[in-house]
Amino acid sequence: MSSVSVFGLCAAAAVGLGLYGLITNPQPLRKIVAFNLLGSGVFLLFGIVGRRGAAAGVGNDPVPQALVITGIVVAFSATALAIALLLRLFHAAGSTTLSSRAPTSPRSDPSGG
Amino acid sequence: MLSPALETSAGGFLLVLSIVVPVAGVLLAFALGDRYVRLVAFTVVPVGSTIAAAVLLVLPQNDGHLAYLLGAWPPPLGVALRADGSSAVMLATTAIVICVVAVFAASDFRPASGNRRAPFAFWILLLAIWAALNTIFVGGDLFTLYVALELLTFAAVPLVSLEGRAETLQAALRYLLFALLGSILYLMGTALFYGLYGTLDIVLLSHRASAEPGALIAAALMTTGLLAKTALFPLHLWLPPAHAGAPAAASAILSGLVVKGSFFILLRLWFNVRPGMSGFAAAQFLAALGAGAIVVGSIVALRQERLKLLVAYSTLAQIGYLFLMFPLAFNASGQLESGQALAGGLLQTVSHATAKAAMFLAVGSIYAGFGHDRVTGIRGAARALPLSVMTFALAGFALMGVQPGGAALAKELLLQETARTGQWWWAGVLQVGGMFTAAYVVLVLAHALSPPDQPVALVAKPPRSSGLAALALALCSLLLGLLPWEPYLPITYAAESKLFGVEALVKLLVTVFGGAALAILLSPWPHPLAFSAAGKTIMHLIAPLRRTCIGLGSLVETGDGVLRQWSTASISLLLVALLLAALMFVAN
Repeated sequence: MSSVSVFGLCAAAAVGLGLYGLITNPQPLRKIVAFNLLGSGVFLLFGIVGRRGAAAGVGNDPVPQALVITGIVVAFSATALAIALLLRLFHAAGSTTLSSRAPTSPRSDPSGG
Repeated sequence: MLSPALETSAGGFLLVLSIVVPVAGVLLAFALGDRYVRLVAFTVVPVGSTIAAAVLLVLPQNDGHLAYLLGAWPPPLGVALRADGSSAVMLATTAIVICVVAVFAASDFRPASGNRRAPFAFWILLLAIWAALNTIFVGGDLFTLYVALELLTFAAVPLVSLEGRAETLQAALRYLLFALLGSILYLMGTALFYGLYGTLDIVLLSHRASAEPGALIAAALMTTGLLAKTALFPLHLWLPPAHAGAPAAASAILSGLVVKGSFFILLRLWFNVRPGMSGFAAAQFLAALGAGAIVVGSIVALRQERLKLLVAYSTLAQIGYLFLMFPLAFNASGQLESGQALAGGLLQTVSHATAKAAMFLAVGSIYAGFGHDRVTGIRGAARALPLSVMTFALAGFALMGVQPGGAALAKELLLQETARTGQWWWAGVLQVGGMFTAAYVVLVLAHALSPPDQPVALVAKPPRSSGLAALALALCSLLLGLLPWEPYLPITYAAESKLFGVEALVKLLVTVFGGAALAILLSPWPHPLAFSAAGKTIMHLIAPLRRTCIGLGSLVETGDGVLRQWSTASISLLLVALLLAALMFVAN
C-alpha cells in the first residue's frame, strides 16, 4: 500500500469520525471539536492532492498547501467564533444546550460535560 | 456566460473596488472606534452603490462581461475576478438593499443608544456582509468563493445574536454549527475537484470537467453543503429562529441577502462549472425539495402566532421557489442552459431580496410600534401605522406575483419554460406557490386592516425616515418587471408584454382568491371575518373542512419540528448528499 493510500484512508477516517461526532454529540463544545476533526480530515485530503502532483514530476504541488493554510485560518476563526458564542450563551442562559426547547436546568458547564 | 479572461478588461478594476471599499470601511471603523462607525458606514454606502451602478453601466459596453486578473497572472496560476450579467444584477440588488437598511437602521443603531456594543457591531457587520457578498458575485474560482462564503457566515452569525438574549445566542450557535457542516462539505468537494483537474478556476473547470465518479461526488458534496447554507427544506433547522430572533434591520439583511450568497454559488456550480454533468434527475430532485419547502414553509407560516416567525417561514417557502428553475433550464441536448429559466430564477432572487427585506423592515416597525408582533393582536395597525402596513402590503403583492412585480415576470418566464420543456407539474407548483404566498399576505392584512376593539395605544412611534425607506424598497420590488433587463439577463419583450392583459388579470385573481381560501382554511387563529354576520354563516358552513385542514396543518407543523431537530437535520443532510450523488451517477 502506497503512502498516498494510507494518508487517504486516514483522511477518510478523520472525516467519518468528525461527521459522526458532529451529528450525534449533543454538547456544542464536542460538536466544535468534531468539526475540527472533520476539518483536519479535509486538510489531509488537500495534502494528498498535493502529493499526486508530485507523482506527475513537479515536486510537490504548492497550490493545495496554500489552500490548506487558508482553510486552517478559516477553521480557526470559525472555532473562535463558535467558542465565543458558546461562552456568551453559558453566561446568558446558564447552560449550553442546543435543543430548541428553552434552556432549563443550569446543570452542564461550558466545557460541555 | 463568463469570459475566459486571458486579460483584464477595461473597467475590470471596478470589481476590485467593489470588494475593497466595504473592507476598507470595516478596517477604518475598527480604527476610528464606535463614535465614528456610523459616519464611516454612511460614507461607504454611497461609494459602494456608485461602484455597483458603474458596473451596471460598463458591463454592456464590454460584451456583457468584465474580468480582472489579480497581479496580471492569468488562471490557472493566478486568480481572476469575473462579472457577467447575473453578477451585475446581484451587485446592484445588494447595494439597493444595503442602502435602504442603512437608512432604516440609522435611528435604531445610533452610537449613543443604550447598548453600546450593538450599534458598533451592526454597522461593521453590515459592511462585512456587503464585502463578502460582492466577493461571491465576482469571484472567479471555487476557493475564492469558499472564503467569501465563510466570511459571509461569520458576518451573518453575530447579526443574529446582536441583542444578546439567550435564545438568540442559541439560534446563532445552531446557525454557525450547521453552516460549518455545510461549508466543510463544500471544501471537500473543492479538494476533489482540484485533485482531479488541477485547477479551481470556474471557466477552466468547465472546459476540463467530465462526468467522472470523483467529479460527481465532488459536485454532490458541494451542492449539499450549499443547500445547507441556503436552508433549503429539509435542511432549514437554523433559519426560522435565526431570522426571527434578529433585530428588524438584521433580519432584512439575513433573509434578503445572506441566503442568496450561497444560492448564487450554487448557480455558478450548476450552470457555469458543469452545465452538462448534473443530470435531469438531480435537477428534478432539487426542484422537488423546493416544492416541499413551498408547501411545508407556507403551511407552517400560516400557523405562526408571531409575525416575524411568519415572515421567516415565508422565506423558507420562497427559497423553495428559487429551486424550481433547475429542471426547467435543460435544453434539448441535456445541458443546463443559461437561458430564460436562469433569468427567471435570478429575477425571482432579486424580487425576493427586495420584497422580503421590505417586509421584515415593516414587521420590525409594527413590532416597535405595538411592543409585540402577535398576528391576532395587530388589529387597527392600518390606522395606527399606515406606512408600515402599506409597505407590508406592497411587498406582499410583489412576492405573490402582482403585475408589474419582478416575481410576476419571473413566474411568467418560468411558466413559459415549463410549456417549452413539457414539465406541466412544475407549472402547477408555481401556481400553488403563488397562492400560498397570497395566503399569508392576505392573512396578515386581514388582521391589520380590521377595526380594533379599543383605540390602539402605540408603545413607540417608528421614525418616518425608516418607514419611507422600507416603502421605497417595497415599491422598487413591485416595479422590477418594468426595468430593461436585456443587457444583463436573457429576457425577451414577449414575456414582459404578457404581464398585462385579461389573461394575467384572471391568473392574479385566481391566485388572490385561492390564497384567501387557503388562509381561511389553514390558519388556526380566529378570523376577523368571523365577526360579521355573513362571515359567521360562511365559517359555519366550512367548519368541518376547516377542522380537517387545521388538523393537517398541525401534523405538518409537528413534522417540521421533528425535521428541525439537530440529528434529523444532519441525517437529512447526509441523505440528500447520497441521493444527489446516486442520481448523478444514474444520469451519467
